[in-house]
Amino acid sequence: MMKYKAQIALLIALAVSLGLSMCSGQIDDYYLDILLNVGINITLAVSLNLVNGHTGQFSLGHAGFMSLGAYGASVFSLQMGDRLITVFGGQSVFATSVTFLIALTVGGVCAAACGWLVGVPSLRLRGDYLAIVTLGFNEIIRVVLQNTSGDGAFGGALGLKGIPLYTNIFWTFGVAAVTIYTISCMVNSTYGRGFLAVRDDEVAAEAMGVNTVRYKVTAFVLGAFFAGLAGGLYAHLRGTISPEGFNFLKSVDVVVIVILGGMGSTPGVVLAAIVLTLLNEKLRDFEQYRMVVFSLILIIMMIVRPQGLLPATLFQRRKNA
Amino acid sequence: MQQFVQQLLNGLFLGSIYALIALGYTMVYGVLRFINFAHGDVFMLGAFAGLYTQKALGPLMTSLPWPVSAALVLVISMATCAIAGIVIELLAYRPLRNRPRLNVLITAIGVSLFLEYTGQLVFGATQVPFPPLMPSHNVSGLGELTVTNVQVLVLLAAVGLMLGLRFVVMRTRLGLAMRAMSLNPTASSLMGVNNSIVISFTFGLGSALAAAGGIFYASLYPSIEPFMGIIPGLKAFVAAVLGGIGNIPGAALGGLIIGITETLVAGYSQKIGIPSGYKEGVAFVILILILIFKPSGLLGKVEREKV
Repeated sequence: MMKYKAQIALLIALAVSLGLSMCSGQIDDYYLDILLNVGINITLAVSLNLVNGHTGQFSLGHAGFMSLGAYGASVFSLQMGDRLITVFGGQSVFATSVTFLIALTVGGVCAAACGWLVGVPSLRLRGDYLAIVTLGFNEIIRVVLQNTSGDGAFGGALGLKGIPLYTNIFWTFGVAAVTIYTISCMVNSTYGRGFLAVRDDEVAAEAMGVNTVRYKVTAFVLGAFFAGLAGGLYAHLRGTISPEGFNFLKSVDVVVIVILGGMGSTPGVVLAAIVLTLLNEKLRDFEQYRMVVFSLILIIMMIVRPQGLLPATLFQRRKNA
Repeated sequence: MQQFVQQLLNGLFLGSIYALIALGYTMVYGVLRFINFAHGDVFMLGAFAGLYTQKALGPLMTSLPWPVSAALVLVISMATCAIAGIVIELLAYRPLRNRPRLNVLITAIGVSLFLEYTGQLVFGATQVPFPPLMPSHNVSGLGELTVTNVQVLVLLAAVGLMLGLRFVVMRTRLGLAMRAMSLNPTASSLMGVNNSIVISFTFGLGSALAAAGGIFYASLYPSIEPFMGIIPGLKAFVAAVLGGIGNIPGAALGGLIIGITETLVAGYSQKIGIPSGYKEGVAFVILILILIFKPSGLLGKVEREKV
């Protein structure tokens, strides 16, 4: 029984989100929207945490991967969606679900492939340089998307609209649960110790035979994949996306969540994703102060409590000496 | 040919501004080994300091001959930003002196956002016109090339400031201390160098140069806003890396290369069949290429990591 604790938790989470999804009609649209945003932010933050927290590589390009996922999934939905739905026997919950699943996967794979392309060369860099390269990559994606032709598949600077609104509670929290499950299980496995080793001391890890580049690339690709899924969910929640929506500041939003929660601490990051998303809603009337507050949070956290609100050390199992 | 020379000149003017900002990145990296993300926003602060100085001086501006008033605005803005830079270091970076570099980097991002959004609160979110510091006219005698006196003056002033910086770094005691510290901070402090003063001085110097860059940029593109520092800041950073971070002549060289490449791409985009908007991405492509193939930069020294 205990052996399958994580798997059972995952199944329960999936069942609960399916159940909630069934009665989402009861929930006020405003709160439903916030709830879905919470789910998407959890996915984003937990996936960035794999790169920034567990593996200790500072990526500032998460919005770039998110945008790839969003565009990948949306373009697929817009171009192929109708055809697929007909193949699966016309408009039905089953047909749209399968189509959405494929669209999301397409988005995730696009992001992961790009994560690999960027990761392989740039992960030989460390710390600050990696941060800047990922940021630069984020900007390159944005510039390229912005300069696509306005009536082509990518919609140019105005972006895409009319994306089918498939995102619901089941998909959002299902993806969030799968993300948390995959990443926690991976990091806590024997294989996953390599991520932490890379973070704690790259040189020592390499000396002990850990293939550091491979671990970093794995973390990057996996993080990008889940960011891509989150992007797909986001696109099918809003119905419209534009390159400007995935700029540097969007990446910073996710970074703030990870830092506030505690780098390398999945429960902390999930909590921070919930708190900051709600706070964002509450501060909507004080929009101009919001980022001032966030930036002060970043600075003060680094000085006073760099390990985050719920640091990873809280959750480590005690070992017998 | 005509067009090529014109683009080259435009790139040179833009590049000289990037170079001024890049110097600040490189100097701070030299002494503290970290990337001061907020540097681009000090550049923005410089432009706004210039605007408000002009407003405050008001009638005095018009009564003085323009070289005097322009110099006055430049000096006041540079001084303001030097103080701002020193204060930022004191409040945000100094408490983290011996923490992991990642924490300092995150703080720097925080400071950058703080300056941008506080700027938005104080200066307003819209574009503000930057009044010209001098009457502008085309320089004659260059055939069909269009070059304004403002552009020429910006280039000369930028070169002058870089030479001044070179003098400070190579010929003064504080400059010597800076170089000593960038070589080895522990050893320099054992030799009696007060590292904290050197760091404050470096921040002040770098911020003053960024402020000058801000004023020059605003003179060439006379419309300023609180977020104007992000992109030039990033490009200047790329310039610093391209030249070899920590290397002062390298930063100047890198700035010119980035400026020229960017204008050439924009100028010839039609001919090679890419959208001119791609010029915004050029710097980052250069960055990724340089980091992959020559991470130490054009003039930088290879640093081995010691365990």
